[in-house]
Formats: sequence, structure tokens, C-alpha cells
Amino acid sequence: MTALRRVTPQLLTLAALVALVTLFFPDFLRIEVVNGRLVGPIMDILKRGAPVGLLAVGMTLVIATRGIDLSVGTTMAITGAVAAWSITQGYGLGGALALALLAGVLAGLWNGTLVAIIGIQPIVATLILMTSGRGIAQLVTEGRILTFSHDGMAFFGSGDLLGIPAPALLWGLTAVAVALLMRRSALGMLIEAVGVNRAASALAGVNATVLLIAVYVASGLCAALAGIVATADIRGADANNAGLWLELDAILAVVIGGNSLLGGRFSIAASVLGALIIQTVDTGILLAGFPSEYNLVIKAGLVLVILVLQSPNLAHHWYALRRAAQARRERAMDTAKETGQ
Amino acid sequence: MLLTIRSLTKTFPGTKALDRVDFDLAAGEVHALLGENGAGKSTLIKCLTGAYERDEGVIALDGATVSPRSTSEAQELGIGTVYQEVNLLPNLTVAQNLTFGQEPTRFGMVDRRAQRRQAEAMLEGYGLDIDVGRDLSAYSVAIRQIIAIARAVALSGKVLILDEPTASLDAREVETLFDVVRGLRDRGLGIVFVSHFLDQVFELTDRVTVLRNGQKVTTERTADLDRVQLIEHMLGRALENEVVGHAKTHVAQDRPELLAFENFGRRGHVEPFDLTVGEGEVLGLAGLLGSGRTESAELMFGLAAAHSGGARDQSGALDLSSPRAAIAAGFGFAPEERKEDGIVADLSVRENIALALQARRGWARPVPRAEQLRLADEYIEKLDIRTSGPEQPIGDLSGGNQQKVVLARWLAMNPRFLILDEPTRGIDVGAHAEILRLIQQVTAQGMSILVISSELDELIAVADRVIVVRDRRHVAELTGSEITTDTIVRAIAAPGRDQAEASV
Amino acid sequence: MNPRLYPLAATIAIFLLAWVICVMQFPYMLSTRVVGNLLTDNAYLGIVAVGMTVVILSGGIDLSVGSVIAFSGVFIAVMLRDSGLHPLVVFALLLVVTSAFGAAMGWLIHALAMPPFIVTLAGMFLARGAAYMLTIDSVPIDHAFYDLLDDAYYLMPGKGRLTLIGVVMLLTVLVGMIVAHRTRFGASVFALGGGEATARLMGVKVGRTTVAIYAFSGLMAGLSGIVFSIYTSSGYPLATVGTELTAIAAVVIGGTLLTGGAGFVFGTLIGVLTMGLIQTYIVFDGTLSSWWTKIIIGLLLLAFILLQKGLLRVTTARAGA
Repeated sequence: MTALRRVTPQLLTLAALVALVTLFFPDFLRIEVVNGRLVGPIMDILKRGAPVGLLAVGMTLVIATRGIDLSVGTTMAITGAVAAWSITQGYGLGGALALALLAGVLAGLWNGTLVAIIGIQPIVATLILMTSGRGIAQLVTEGRILTFSHDGMAFFGSGDLLGIPAPALLWGLTAVAVALLMRRSALGMLIEAVGVNRAASALAGVNATVLLIAVYVASGLCAALAGIVATADIRGADANNAGLWLELDAILAVVIGGNSLLGGRFSIAASVLGALIIQTVDTGILLAGFPSEYNLVIKAGLVLVILVLQSPNLAHHWYALRRAAQARRERAMDTAKETGQ
Repeated sequence: MLLTIRSLTKTFPGTKALDRVDFDLAAGEVHALLGENGAGKSTLIKCLTGAYERDEGVIALDGATVSPRSTSEAQELGIGTVYQEVNLLPNLTVAQNLTFGQEPTRFGMVDRRAQRRQAEAMLEGYGLDIDVGRDLSAYSVAIRQIIAIARAVALSGKVLILDEPTASLDAREVETLFDVVRGLRDRGLGIVFVSHFLDQVFELTDRVTVLRNGQKVTTERTADLDRVQLIEHMLGRALENEVVGHAKTHVAQDRPELLAFENFGRRGHVEPFDLTVGEGEVLGLAGLLGSGRTESAELMFGLAAAHSGGARDQSGALDLSSPRAAIAAGFGFAPEERKEDGIVADLSVRENIALALQARRGWARPVPRAEQLRLADEYIEKLDIRTSGPEQPIGDLSGGNQQKVVLARWLAMNPRFLILDEPTRGIDVGAHAEILRLIQQVTAQGMSILVISSELDELIAVADRVIVVRDRRHVAELTGSEITTDTIVRAIAAPGRDQAEASV
Repeated sequence: MNPRLYPLAATIAIFLLAWVICVMQFPYMLSTRVVGNLLTDNAYLGIVAVGMTVVILSGGIDLSVGSVIAFSGVFIAVMLRDSGLHPLVVFALLLVVTSAFGAAMGWLIHALAMPPFIVTLAGMFLARGAAYMLTIDSVPIDHAFYDLLDDAYYLMPGKGRLTLIGVVMLLTVLVGMIVAHRTRFGASVFALGGGEATARLMGVKVGRTTVAIYAFSGLMAGLSGIVFSIYTSSGYPLATVGTELTAIAAVVIGGTLLTGGAGFVFGTLIGVLTMGLIQTYIVFDGTLSSWWTKIIIGLLLLAFILLQKGLLRVTTARAGA
């Protein structure tokens, strides 16, 4: 119940967006079965939203610890390159997936170590991998677009299971699994505690250093999954463009999800809805017949609205206003009582 | 009078930080403002410097009522302040710091040469021989303090407030600083000197005002006071004491030994000490602020690594290298700085209580929600935590209730040795008594507790044994009938001669 | 030597060392032609990095500049195509727009008490979106005055060309040095970077200064956009994607502390030139792949961040003693 209330603004926004797009493009909600798979704009959104959705899951955890991970876009490029390279080298599907995930873990370990052990600000620490990561990815692909033909790998981009596109499935499963892991284990609470007050948490015995490294590793893993999806989708690794600027969309998704950049309480579901909102705007604008140029302006507007709503200054004013109103009410009641007597 | 304060009152939600306080400052005097943490010193200063707006009362400077609303407004009125830290910017040069906001300019550009000259002129008479062109961070804290004073005096020039200016200085640096302060006094400034170093108060100041629990205790000429009287004023005597109920009978008991610290110390924090803790014993740690009492606790809990010695229990040596290790050894620690080190503000009361328990069990074995709720409900009732429910964020609670939640967090762990640093600071009277009763309750069940407190009555009421800390050394251990206000105060006050006088 | 100068000294030393290595392998790299090209090719980056330096010195960050440069190019191209105004008038209009844009972001950062990162991220989307809305194609600039600007250069001894835009960049760096190091505004910038609470205590008008800082960055991004449009003779809404990151990297390699409060505008120039030099070397070498640029820049970033972390530890340890 409280969980539902938490994501109400995101659900309302999404519903409004869907209604708006349907107004211009009545077939928006239509889903057909073609050759045993579900086809329609909604399925398209679910599929195309997969990379940002996956990144947003990891980013939510990082942001909950008061951090940020700028490197997820380039980590996508690296892991995508590693996956494609492994396939072309004949390591098979299992080997390719394992190596790609390992690359994601290494990227996370690197970021986590810089943040948690060396003590560099997250935005600065992850900037290093962000600038150099595409170079590393190109090193793997040797500057070419490394194409492959392997149906098992391609499944993660364009395959489907029970009629649902594989990327959408992967995204959904990851989000549900991570959300369950966070709330069924104590990880969620411990991460929130470290994000709100690292000193007090450490004093209570929470192993803040390990937790911090773990969230960056989780973010690296999510980026690796996103990288696999992106690579599988085009059956090739494009080190220059894979995941380009998706870190910003992922951060945006988390922020639209109402998670504070100052750490603490987080909701994976809300972030995932945030990613859906972004993708609905993307796709919806095209379908509704608007020029895609409006896309970025709308995103900027969304960010601004969220910032205004989240602003601690405004919250303060709001609180003061409410207090003043309450005081007025109480005074009124007091006078009423006195006059009554 | 240069500065007169009458009936100054300032209330925060839940506490009265200042309660009708009077204060006078004459031109050409150094006036000490004393009191333990939470006595109201910093609130008084913040009202003077415009950081807080007072609720009631009058502040008059040169006979005219003033109500500064910001630091710069206070400065323009003539009230300058130098804090223990954060006065100046270490990343700017000395000259930039001194002339900040008043830089001499030529054609819109800062005239560096004139800036230098101006800075050097401002430092004249302070006995500093430094290169004003270098970064402030190149100089010691003492020199930075003097530079901060020079800036404050140049900007304001009537009243100078020194808030713990000597906290991180060594003896020689303190002397230099005092020469500067005396020089300013002779130039006719009124100086408010806040410090917890009593030697310095006696050495430097002309008058003393003591605050306690937001009220003025006394104002006297420094020369008319001795150390014992002064400490009594600060810590209060165990007289007006309906809070505590019965004082302990203080029968020295033979308790089975639980823990022993041997030669346990860390350079710069606290000198090596020996300490044994008995089962179910309440140990008190008495001493003034900065004496090394908190440092002792931090060392025991692994917040700072010991340089010498170690701890052991019946089964052998204990690893106290980190808080996690200390917790594994069955320790708990409720720190003095509740907001910074104690509570996790955005989380609920339930989660704050379960936090340490959860950390010990590891992330993979969550404390079931029902169990968390049971614990929360149990302690909300047992400790009378005033909250709208276990799901209320702890940040919304009053200080006393936050403290109770932090206590509950540790009690839920059932540690064998619990350290409480100033457990009743900033807490209303009712909660105060409850916490003391609680200490007695849990020790009756076998838990050992170390209480650090500035309130002597509190220590006397609950402690079986009192360790007195002075100048970062454990200097005395009092047991049984020795635990009285007098003996503690004397032990705190005493460089040997007072002891000798006392025994004569 | 003042410890504050160490990062700058390291920057200059690395630049000189890199150049010596380059020259030993390719003596031609000592020529004024290479120097001229280095300045010309990196002019727009140098200018925008000056603005970024000021922002970072204050403890902030401005992610919008790459988009603002692209917007500027498109704005100029479209205005020249459609309005018939003289380029100088268009330049003036543009600079007013970009400065106001920066000021608005600064105001939001202060008024909402939100991290600059996210506010300028919104600015980044907005400026890029505005560029798209003007046009989605590359718009060539065809104007006699532009040909004049494009061809303006001074022939240095050795036939190297010191172009107008290269000179504009050097002048901008000079102005940036004066603003950051020799004005009251600059002192306030450093004060904010040193700590907002202390800065406020010392009388810095935090709101006004924040607005001015981001307005300055917007102004520099606009100027950089003008220079970029001269360099490419066109406006393209997809241009200079990611330039903000290159600028941030140049600022850090130039010895400015990414957390604010310490650094040099001159160092930023050296940082820009170092990055340009690496690229030039890779072009000269011909066998090395271009991705090594990114990896080396990443390594340099890491080295400088660690160096400053170490310095910070040394100075605080000494201050504590």
C-alpha cells in the first residue's frame, strides 16, 4: 500500500502521457499477435526502454548511497565490445556472457574502490572511466564495428519468449529480482542507512565500505546486461555509440522516479517507471507525429518540474507555510474556546 | 558598559536554550563565558552575531539596542567573532583573507601591491612576521587564529568574541595568542572568551560568567574564584535533585571481572590507562570537555586505533580495531554527537532500532519485519519514546526521544559492555530520569555500562566507580563512599597542590 | 615553492615533456605550423574551458556548455540565413542569450538549493533541444564577413598561421586569468569553492555570485560557439556533443581541483594544449589508434585527481599538526 502510494506520481505521469499520445495516435495501446509474438507500440517501448531501464536499476542503488555513476554508458560499450569479441573468438554464448558480466564487475570494482577506499567524490571518480572507457572499448573492437552472427547472442536483442521481447523480459526480471533482493534481504535498509548517514551507520556496525563497493559493482553488472542487449540488438559492438549519453538518461530516470540525489530512501519500481516515462516520451513523440526535436525540451521540462518538487528550499517554505496555517488554526480554536467559555 | 544583555531568551522545539540570561561586557575587559556542552554558550554567541534571532530580551551596544540579523550586520555594528575553525579560507592567501570584501582595486582589478600593504598594516601590532602573499593553509592554526582576530578587529572593532580559539593550540601558541588578546584589551576592546580550559580562564580573564542548562549561574571577578568553586558552578552540585531519586548506596562490591584494558592509549588522544570493568557495573567517566573522556570511549570502541596496550576478557585478548570488531566483542557505543554519529535521520524509528542488530546479522539474514516491529513497540513502550509510531522518521523526533532510540538500538543488541557518552545531554528532565533508571535496570541484569557525563549528580546517582580524566590522563579512581561532588570536583580541579590543600 | 603551485607545475612539466618526446620522434612538431594548428583546432575548447574553470573553481559544474556551443552555431547560421542582420549584431544577440541562459541556471541552482550537476543537465537537454527546434540539418554559413574572419591570420616565422580564432582563445584565457585571479568576483569564486559556509561568513553574496558564475560560463560557451562556427563555417545541432566532458578533463589536467577552491585559468590552457598535443602526435604517428587518446586522457585525469588527493592530505595533515 505504501509502496503504491510512493509511485503514484510516476504512475499518474505515465498514465497522462499514455492518454496524451493515444489522443494523437489512437492505435497506441493496440497490441497484436503476429507470428506468435506481441507487437505494438507498447511492446516497442518496453523493448527499446531496456538499456535505460537496466541502467536505472543499478543507478538507483548508487544514488541511494549519495553517489552517482557517470561511467555506465561507457561500461555498456566496454561490455558490449567484450561480448562481441568473445563470440567472434569462439568462446560460445556462455563464455561471452560470463566475460561481459566480468567486465561489468571489474568496472564496478574500479569505481567502488576509488569512491569507498580512496575517498574520491563519486562524480569525479566515475568521470575517469567515463572519459577513458570508450577508448578501452575501442581497444577491444580495434576501432571497428565488431559484427557477429550468432543466434543465441542475438536472442538478447531481438528474440522473444512467450511472445514478449527478450530485452523487455530481461529488464523486467532484473528490476523485479533486484527490488526483491533489496526488500527481502536487509540490503535495502543498509544501503539507505549508509546513504543518509555513513558515519552513524559505520558506528552501528554497518560495513559501509563493502556496501559502497557493492553498489558500484551492481551498477557495473546492470551496465553489462544493458551492453549485452545493445550489442545483441545490432548484432555487433559499436564502441563509439553504444550507450552514448545513456548515463544521463539513467540518472534522469532515477530522478523522475522521485529518488533524491542526496541519497537515502529509494524505490527501484519508481526508477523503472521513470525509465518508462522517458521511453514513452521518446516513442510517443514520434507516434503522435511531433518532430523528435521536441524530445529534449520535454525532458528538460520534466527535470525542472521534478527539481522544483524535490527542492529542500521549497520543502522548507512549504513546511513553514503549513506550520503557520496550523498555528493560525490553533489560535482560532483557542479564541473560539475562550469565547465559548 | 560596552555591551549589555538583559533577559535573553531563546527557545528551540523541546528545549529552552537560553532562559532569561543577563550578561555585561565592559570596554577593556576579557570576560570568560563558561559552561558545559548544551549550557547555552553557543546559542548566546549566535544571538550576538546574528545567526539566531532572539525570542525575548534586550541586547544593547553602547547603550543602543541592536538586533543583528546576519554576521556581516553584526560586524558592521562592531561585533566580531573568531571561531575555533572555519573563520577564513585556507585556499586563499593571507592578504586575500585579510582584505576580503575590502580589496583595494585599480581599474576594476585587485591591486595586489596595495592589498599586500593593507594586509601588512592590518597585521601590525600582532607580532607576526609572515609572508602575506602565501596561502593561509601554509601557516599553523595559531597564526590563522591571530589572522582571523586581526580581520575581525579591523572590521568590527568594539566587541570581539573568541569561541574556543585555543582548542587546537599548543602551550607556546596559546601564550602568543594571549599576548595578542591582552594587547587588544589594552586598546579598549571588550572581549568575550569562551574556553573549557580553566587554566586559561584564570590566566587571561578579568571576569567569568557561568551558564548551565540555559541559565546564568553567576558572574564574578576571576580573581575572586578558585578552581573548585568554578567547577562547582559549571557542573552543579548534587543538591536540587528530585530528578535522580535515590543515589546509589555506593557499597564497594566484589564483582566478577568482565573486561580489562591494559596500558591502553593513543598518542594525542589519551595517555595509556589501565581499567577493569566488572559484570553489571556502572563506571562513570568524569572530566571537563576536552579532557580526554570522549577520546577514551572512542579508543575502546575501535573508532581510533590504540597505539599501545590492549583489552582482554576471560577468554583472552579482544580485537577492538574497528567499531565492527568492538561490536563483535559485545560492545556498544551511543555517541555524544547524536545528529552526526547517532541517528540515521531519514529512516524510521523501527529501522533505527534494528540497524545495529541487522548489521551484526549481515545483509543476507534480515531481521523479520514482525520482529523489528516487536522490538520497536517494546522499546517505544519501555523507554517511553514519544513518537507517532514505529514508522515515523527519527529525524522528526525531539532530541531526548532520538537519544532513547539510539539507546534502544544498543539495548536490542544486548551488549555486555555499553558506552554512553553524555546520554542525557539536551534532554528534558523527565527523559533524563528515565534514562538513569534504565541504566540501573539493565545493569541489574548483568550488563556493564560506562557513562561519560558532565553532570556530576548523574554520575553520583548511577556510578559504582568514577574515573576522573584530566589533560588526557586518567588521574583518579573513586569508589564507594569516595564518590561525592566534592571529591570529583577536587580531582578534576587538582593539580597536586589543591589536593594537598584539601588534605591540610 | 607554494604547494598551491604543484599541480600547475606538474601540468606544465607534463606538457613540456610530452612535447619533447614528440619532437624527438617528429622534429617537425617543433614548427610554428604545428603550434598554429594546435591553437586553431582547440580554440573553441580553450574558450569554453575558461568558463568551466571558473565554474569548477567555485565548486560547481556546468554540463550544458557542449549543447550551448551547438545551439550558438545553429542560432548564428539560421539568423544569418533568415534575418539579414550583420554577423556582429547576431554575435551580440547570441552572447546576451547564452549569458542569460547561464544566469538562469545559476539562479535555479541557488534558489532551489539543488546540485549544479542536475540543473545543468536539464540545461544541456534544453539547449540541445532548442538547437534541434531551430533546425535539424547542418546549415552552412555563407557571408562575406565570415570569409574575412576565417581568413584572418598572422603568418608566423616558419609559415605557421596564427589565426584570428587562435588569438581570440589566447585573449580569452588572459581575460579569464584576470577575472579569476585579479578581481573581487574572482576572490568570491575561490571563496565559494573553499567552502560556502565560510564564504558566507566572510561576506560573499552567495546567490549573486552563483548567478554571475554560470552567466560567465554561458558567455564563454556562446563565444566558443561563435569561434566554432567560424572554424566550421556552419551550424549543426549535433555538433560538440560531449564537449563539456572534454572541457572538464582539460580543467582537471590543467591542475584545477575538481572539488573547487584551487586552480589556475592558465593551467586550463596547458591542459587543452596537452590534450591537443596527444591527438597531434597520434595523427603524426599514423600507426597508433585514435582510442589511445581517450585512454591516455583518462590516465592523466586519474593521475591528477590522485595527486590532488595526496596534496590535500599533506596540507591537512600539516595544518592539523
